[in-house]
Amino acid sequence: MSLTAKDMSVVKAFWGKIGSKADDIGAEAFGRMLTVYPQTKTYFSHWADLSPGSAQVKKHAKVIIGAVSDAVAHIDDLPTALSQLSEVHASKLRVDPANFKILAHNIIVAAAMYFPADFTPEVHVSLDKFLQNLAWCLAERYR
Amino acid sequence: MVEWTDFERATIQNIFSKLDYESVGHNALGRCLVVYPWTQRYFGKFGNLYNAAAIMGNPMVAAHGAVVLHGLDRAVKNMDDIKATYAELSVLHSEKLHVDPDNFRLLADCLTIVVAAKLGASFTADVQAAFQKFLAVVASALRRQYH
Repeated sequence: MSLTAKDMSVVKAFWGKIGSKADDIGAEAFGRMLTVYPQTKTYFSHWADLSPGSAQVKKHAKVIIGAVSDAVAHIDDLPTALSQLSEVHASKLRVDPANFKILAHNIIVAAAMYFPADFTPEVHVSLDKFLQNLAWCLAERYR
Repeated sequence: MVEWTDFERATIQNIFSKLDYESVGHNALGRCLVVYPWTQRYFGKFGNLYNAAAIMGNPMVAAHGAVVLHGLDRAVKNMDDIKATYAELSVLHSEKLHVDPDNFRLLADCLTIVVAAKLGASFTADVQAAFQKFLAVVASALRRQYH
């Protein structure tokens, strides 16, 4: 389900609208994921505090959402933009790719919460497609 | 039998008491048909589903969305026996409607997103967890009679 030119422009426009709230959305999504899908906590057993507001959680959320914002900026060539991150996830982090879908869902929930009027069905479908493409590129080097 | 905590029970009753079933049902089903267009396969008789505007403006989609939410209400009122409550509906979805059960998850996700947009900050992570657990139990009951 590749991104059409319309998907790319819709995602870029929505992400532009999100602006500085991206960090909040990232923190919300990541924190939510750890609570609603407790199995995702298994990847962070080395952290002292896994509660949603904790410093470690917020810091890591910022890293993740920063990478997503970067992917938006390079939306017309995601495979190239994500190739290094894919290598890291494949060889070092080895996160089960099913979890990319879980995080994507929570990013979408957070977007709907923070921007209920702007997160129309059209924006929803394009963002969903974008996040699935991102996940696909992230898993590229796995095998 | 599913174990519900007091928080989960209260959360489910609280959420559904705040929802306008017609509006939320319309939005959730419409969104599902837009975001996951393959789900349109079950609605061949609904007329114009050509684009997002057509789908969201389609009165049959709106009406059916309300039917779905009122169907969910049965589980809200029978949380301790959702399996039995949905036994007939499960047979219907399997034998007559031939709906792939994966679609229950897709619609549940869209409903979660519509409710999140409506409730905003009060849709906390714990509330989301309770809501998604409830919808997962519903989906499981609906797929139970498939064979």
